[in-house]
Amino acid sequence: MIAEAGLAALWFAAALALLQLVAAALGLRLHSSASGNDLIAAVRPVAIVQGLLAALSFALLITLFVQSDMSVLLVAQNSHSAKPMLYKVAGAWGNHEGSMLLWVTVLALSGGAIALLERQLDRATLTATLGAQAAIALGFYAFLLIASNPFTRLDPPALDGLGLNPLLQDPGLAFHPPTLYFGYVGLSVAFSFAVGAMLTGVVGPAFARAMRPWVLAAWVFLTIGITAGSYWAYYELGWGGWWFWDPVENASLMPWLAATALLHSVNVLAARDGLRAWTLMLAVVAFSMSMLGTFLVRSGILTSVHAFAVDPTRGSFILVLLALYIGGALLLFALRAGTIRAGQGFDPLSREGGLVLNNLLLTVILGIVLIGTLYPIVAQAMGEQLSVGPPFFNKTAGPIALLLVAAMAVGPLLKWRRDNANAVLGKLTVPVAAAMLAMAATFVLAPGTGWMEIVALGLAAGLTIASFAPLWKRNLLRTPLFTWGMVIAHFGVAVSLAGMAMDSAFTKERLVAATYGQPYQVGPWRVVLDGVGPAIGDNWSAIEGRVTARRDDGPAILLRPQRRFYASPPTDTAEAAIRTRWDGQLYAVLGEQDAQGRWQLRLWWKPFVTLIWFGGGLIALGGALSLFGRLFRERRNARRREEAE
Amino acid sequence: MKAKHQRLILGLLALAAIGGASGLALSALRDQAAFFYTPSDLATKAPQPGKAVRLGGMVQAGSIKKLADGITISFIVADNGGTVPVRFTGVAPDLFKENSGVVAEGKFEADGSFTADNLLAKHDERYMPPEIADKMPAPGNMGR
Repeated sequence: MIAEAGLAALWFAAALALLQLVAAALGLRLHSSASGNDLIAAVRPVAIVQGLLAALSFALLITLFVQSDMSVLLVAQNSHSAKPMLYKVAGAWGNHEGSMLLWVTVLALSGGAIALLERQLDRATLTATLGAQAAIALGFYAFLLIASNPFTRLDPPALDGLGLNPLLQDPGLAFHPPTLYFGYVGLSVAFSFAVGAMLTGVVGPAFARAMRPWVLAAWVFLTIGITAGSYWAYYELGWGGWWFWDPVENASLMPWLAATALLHSVNVLAARDGLRAWTLMLAVVAFSMSMLGTFLVRSGILTSVHAFAVDPTRGSFILVLLALYIGGALLLFALRAGTIRAGQGFDPLSREGGLVLNNLLLTVILGIVLIGTLYPIVAQAMGEQLSVGPPFFNKTAGPIALLLVAAMAVGPLLKWRRDNANAVLGKLTVPVAAAMLAMAATFVLAPGTGWMEIVALGLAAGLTIASFAPLWKRNLLRTPLFTWGMVIAHFGVAVSLAGMAMDSAFTKERLVAATYGQPYQVGPWRVVLDGVGPAIGDNWSAIEGRVTARRDDGPAILLRPQRRFYASPPTDTAEAAIRTRWDGQLYAVLGEQDAQGRWQLRLWWKPFVTLIWFGGGLIALGGALSLFGRLFRERRNARRREEAE
Repeated sequence: MKAKHQRLILGLLALAAIGGASGLALSALRDQAAFFYTPSDLATKAPQPGKAVRLGGMVQAGSIKKLADGITISFIVADNGGTVPVRFTGVAPDLFKENSGVVAEGKFEADGSFTADNLLAKHDERYMPPEIADKMPAPGNMGR
């Protein structure tokens, strides 16, 4: 009965989304009459109930997975009764149908949250926003109900399930898709706001302040998702790399780039009432990128080491949705952009100018990633097969990203409206000196380092100093939380960049056919394979290497790389062993045994590689601080306005 | 400067930046894109030896061999139009096995064999690279 109840809840939610769309559209049309007012008044409660029904449907799907109900096709295909509880729950969204249901649930719940909480937007824009939100949700409900029903029964029921792909059985990855989806859906809210504003023509600081928390929240989730995904690929795939320029990785990077640009332009709109049309355009682009990401991952159109379900019907369904939403929004933009009045002007050398430069550079990087990701599909359609890999992205996006970092160091030091060139140069003396010093030190201490790495290390040092400059001579306790957020996020970029440059420049790698007791040197470490024995876990068995490593005369540390065997589905996986020290990570992967009894052993010493993800964490933390800072301030201002009245 | 002019200049600047990016990307694509080959492609278009390319196909049954140095393997990548011998020094990825899809990154040697620096297999055991799916007969274990 649970499956049928879940399906019924989904149908009701879809019907309410339709009602929400119709009520919003008719209400706005008849807004001057009493019936129009009644219709507009109905939109909010409908949006809230629609969110609750979608959540109920998703909760019922999780229940089916927890109970291991093998009479449901999706459970039988993706779960197993012997799986640990965490992965039974995560199994609910670790597949195509479940992840799409999660998508629409988060979308509907955030629509409900807007209806419940939003107090700043004018009534017409809010109604139009909720209408747009319902239109997006309807497409996904149709997709689920027509092409990918998660509640389909299996008759007769399976004896047991096929299990979840062992590579996905990892605590980090269990929460990875929801994190990214929160980001994608946050951008859908920004998109709906933009559509609402385009329909009513009211674009100004109040609109930007209403949209900003959603953009910030989406950006924080995307940052966490990308950082976590990168670390997962690093330790789980055993290849020692942290970014692959794989289409599926790009699918999450592209919305992040657009959201980063949007985040900065929305600040200009909120603070100075500038960049009105551009901000609306970015909101449309950002959501287009999350839709495109969903399409790339879910359609199987691309060769990717990550892409999952390959099903052309579903691919074309998402493609139609993509064309409808993006095409519709772009058409709306083309029709309405002219009616949006220009905002405040500014001098090119100003905070606004810096943010425009930031937006341009981010857009250029986004364009390059988009071209590199889509080019193989276009070429394939024209009968040529090719793939675009890391050399392309590193050579094109790399230098522009470095330029962006340089702009990042300067931007926060500029004043709003207009600034003085000499004053700016004066503020830049210390950061530039730090950058020069770092580059010279790298050049002398590590000869043979590539120019990109040298420049990156210099920029990281300069950006570190420049990030903290806005706090200079300020009362730190009185500094607003969102200023702290910006400082920490920018510093996080410097930290990440330093980690990437050092990993790329100083990593030591060794691949050996190891015999027991024989020492091998990798970087500063002497590594010995002492033996290989069996190991066992909840739903896997393994052979496990005992590897000891010692640096100089320091204490020996033990690493246990494994080769695991999962029975259901039958899969072998290599579990890398990683030991973290303050100055880097030692990384070991156990390969296969050869006829002479030697074991393949792959070793890396990666100096300061952890800074990459630590920096990612700082960036997300900075975003979260900004979000809370803004929310507190808005709330305080609202209270003051009430008191004044 | 009037606001209208400034808007125009900004717009032009944005167009120039995006145009520049596309130009940069497309020119880089021309020489950077690692071209993708399948064994049957070799009869019609032969890649230059030493050029970085990707080779995709299925790992032929019974072809995986370990070499005497203990860290190198050799195997044969096949589709229904040809075969290519491949050597790879390193730890093969988890889902690398006989009768499943693989994409090898590396270069062709003068003798027509392939030296791989990197092997890509899939996360999912039910997977076959789309590039070669349409060139293969449909074996039972491919599913989906």
